[in-house]
Amino acid sequence: MTARNVLQATDIQRALTRISHEILESNRGASGLVILGIPTRGVVLAERIAEIISGIEPGVDVPVGALDVTMYRDDLATSPTRSSSPTRIPGGIEDSTVILVDDVLYSGRTVRAALDALTDLGRPRVVRLAVLVDRGHRELPIRADYVGKNLPTSHAERINVCLVETDGNDLIQIAGE
Amino acid sequence: MTTSVKFIGAVLPNDEVTDVVVTGGRISAMGPGLNHIEGEVVDVTGLRLLPGLVDLHTHLREPGFESSETVLTGTQAAAVGGFTTVFAMANTLPVADTTSVVELVWRRGIEAGYATVRPVGAVTVGLEGQALADLASMASSRANVRVFSDDGKCVFDPLLMRRALEYVKAFDGVIAQHAQEPRLTLRSQMNEGLVSARLGLAGWPRVAEEIIIARDILLAEETGSRLHVCHLSTAGSVEIVRSAKARGVRVTAEVTPHHLLLTEESALDYDARFKVNPPLRTDEDVHAVRAGLADGTVDIVATDHAPHPIENKDCEWSDAAFGMVGLESALSIVNMTMVQSGLMSWNDVARVMSTAPAHIGGVANTAGTLEVGRPADLVFVDERVLRSFGVEDLAGLSKNSPFLGLELPGKVVHTMRHGYFTVRDGSLVDQRVIATFAREDTIGFDERG
Amino acid sequence: MQHLLSAADLDRDTSIALLDLAEDMAETADRPHKKLPTLRGRSIVNLFFEDSTRTRISFESAEKRLSADVINFSAKGSSVSKGESLKDSAQTLAAMGVDAVVIRHGSSGAPYLLAHRGWIDVPVVNAGDGTHEHPTQALLDAFTLRRRIHQTASRGRDLAGVRVAIVGDVLHSRVARSNAWLLTTLGADVTFVAPPTLLPAQRDAFPVSMETNLDEVLRSSPDAVMMLRIQKERIHGAFFPHEREYTRIWGLTAQRFQALPQKTLVMHPGPMNRGLEICSEAADSAASTVLEQVANGVFVRMAVLFAVLTGKEDL
Repeated sequence: MTARNVLQATDIQRALTRISHEILESNRGASGLVILGIPTRGVVLAERIAEIISGIEPGVDVPVGALDVTMYRDDLATSPTRSSSPTRIPGGIEDSTVILVDDVLYSGRTVRAALDALTDLGRPRVVRLAVLVDRGHRELPIRADYVGKNLPTSHAERINVCLVETDGNDLIQIAGE
Repeated sequence: MTTSVKFIGAVLPNDEVTDVVVTGGRISAMGPGLNHIEGEVVDVTGLRLLPGLVDLHTHLREPGFESSETVLTGTQAAAVGGFTTVFAMANTLPVADTTSVVELVWRRGIEAGYATVRPVGAVTVGLEGQALADLASMASSRANVRVFSDDGKCVFDPLLMRRALEYVKAFDGVIAQHAQEPRLTLRSQMNEGLVSARLGLAGWPRVAEEIIIARDILLAEETGSRLHVCHLSTAGSVEIVRSAKARGVRVTAEVTPHHLLLTEESALDYDARFKVNPPLRTDEDVHAVRAGLADGTVDIVATDHAPHPIENKDCEWSDAAFGMVGLESALSIVNMTMVQSGLMSWNDVARVMSTAPAHIGGVANTAGTLEVGRPADLVFVDERVLRSFGVEDLAGLSKNSPFLGLELPGKVVHTMRHGYFTVRDGSLVDQRVIATFAREDTIGFDERG
Repeated sequence: MQHLLSAADLDRDTSIALLDLAEDMAETADRPHKKLPTLRGRSIVNLFFEDSTRTRISFESAEKRLSADVINFSAKGSSVSKGESLKDSAQTLAAMGVDAVVIRHGSSGAPYLLAHRGWIDVPVVNAGDGTHEHPTQALLDAFTLRRRIHQTASRGRDLAGVRVAIVGDVLHSRVARSNAWLLTTLGADVTFVAPPTLLPAQRDAFPVSMETNLDEVLRSSPDAVMMLRIQKERIHGAFFPHEREYTRIWGLTAQRFQALPQKTLVMHPGPMNRGLEICSEAADSAASTVLEQVANGVFVRMAVLFAVLTGKEDL
């Protein structure tokens, strides 16, 4: 099994910085933003983005939280049981601009589940999606608004995402067959 | 049968090799080198010869519960297990507490022909424990009853037990007690212990058996009567019987094959095939009853063959019936637990499964011994073969055996009753053939045991 | 986890995982929209051979909150007819095609048979069998204890060092048994307190201590006291002379309750006999967890149903 590195620590940080700027640009500032990461690594990335934004717009504290989607998955009967994580929504999502954050966008089903979970929590004004890696092969009509890197892959390949907070270092690899 | 059958090369219980000639339903000659005598040869080289087994405790269920077993099917099971005489317990419907019912069972046994059926009479009317049944009438009936038991239930009233013990002395009868103090075992399901606590099933305490045995022994001592203890199951019971015998009380005791092997752990799967009365106990009890059987404290093995239909076992434990079938497997279990373990010899097996039960049941004149002149009740066993015991090895109507799936040693090859084969070459002889022999049987019931 | 038949089968990791799942389920209670789509399209049968409105409603709430289809099969016979056999009921349900069975039965071992006899091939959840076990009750009791003691830091925690006294008719109580297994697995110290006639005959049958003196046990300041319901039928079996004596010696009277440290939790699986095993003062106090236990029961049952109905591997 061969693995090749595609993004190192500095690449990842630059990508997140660019995404943070893009978010602020399309939102015309930080007001109304709520950043929700999809556990586990999506939450780490959401927190980094929130921190970067605070650095760009001083005096602004963008609410950041976690949105667990285990109960909304469509593959519960057929895949191994996952344990769920807590959902933390600081201050609610009514009428806000929710930025969903995940590490990898693949079939789109996780995002679909996240949208269902959001619906049960309230009614945001607008929902946007930020991902670190888009590897293609969508099974649903879902697209990301902010993408760190496009990495076309085959089904046989795997994307390994490592982040300091969860895995000890920042690295993204593609693992071949 | 006018032609002779001669068995060549059998191994006696004492390990001597012998030939046996059977003529006119009786053993006409026995000893080595009898091949010159006229007769049909049956080669039994290497097979163990025992006197036809006598089961002092069987439930044939007829009349009343023919969906579980009948006298015919029950005696077929007996024949397959090597039994030539069975004592049929009285908890039928109607209960065998009068002459008419015991004579009915007796007649059914004769018609079926597979084994000698000795009906057991109830001690109390309807097994209710309130009033004595027609004990003397049953004794002088054609069924010639000598063993009386309320088995299934306990004669719990000490006054009634005393009266019954005294009364049967008039005809050398014996009361066989199912020892179970009813108030201590209300709704009990299995042995009271660690397993019952874990499984949440009401316990059947050992002391409920021991109390009754101790009481009955004192009563029998007082009245000078014979007492027989059915299916004893605990180490304490063995001890009580042992000290009673030591001081000369005329008490005898039986143990079932399943109590020689199985423990309460079998219940862990809630498999009601292991639900029985008295219940399976612990390792300590199993060792004690084995030792008791080996040293003579426990006189005999009796099957307590208790057939039940599938729906009464394939259900929740607390709804299930108590009991296991055991005629077909008894000899193998005794072989496995007592002979192969070195606790007993085949001589001992002949004693505990034939001679002694015949004696207690009052049929010692016609059963339980291999002797020239005696009715030819014989069983030939291949003691070496190891077989996987399955449903196909059960010959009775019901299949509630706890031994299914076990590898059991020994198999009955031939069973002969009154000189005709009931089992030949491992297969049950056809009913119509047996019926013919039964009609021609000259030995019959007329010999008072 | 394929079936939940007894608390004795649950190891520490699985128990904690279930309690943590229940925490997630509990969070949904605060939302305006309490339902989760998780078990949509799955049908669950509540196969109740014994009357039990409380437990059935609790399971039904749990099932509905996970969007499952609920079928209530009241299999209780009447005084006239015994009702269908367990085997026939099971095979009927199998023929109808259900996805899971929650069974409550008067005979110990019935859920075990349902799970292993091959009459039906779906997950089985024991909602109480005879005097054997009531595993979801133990789970909700453990969940309640954990929340009261560790508050918001409950996730991932066990009950190490927590001292619990279970008082009452232990001998006939499946709740006591399941709690003895589960609480001990989670590290708690459990003591049964009852008259000698209502304690199991074997002292070493359960991993708990057994005492007969309630006052002495209360003086040792347990963290929680769980009172079990006393059934009046027990008087007929001569387990104790009459209720008044029972209450005087083993009841949580007002006097005993007042002497307890404030932090001592008072638990009861319900329904309560006020004035018999538990005084109203205790039942209605801030220390009482009775109502929380009921609420937590729904979350715990949601967690259990999720665990048995999703995934192919062990939880």
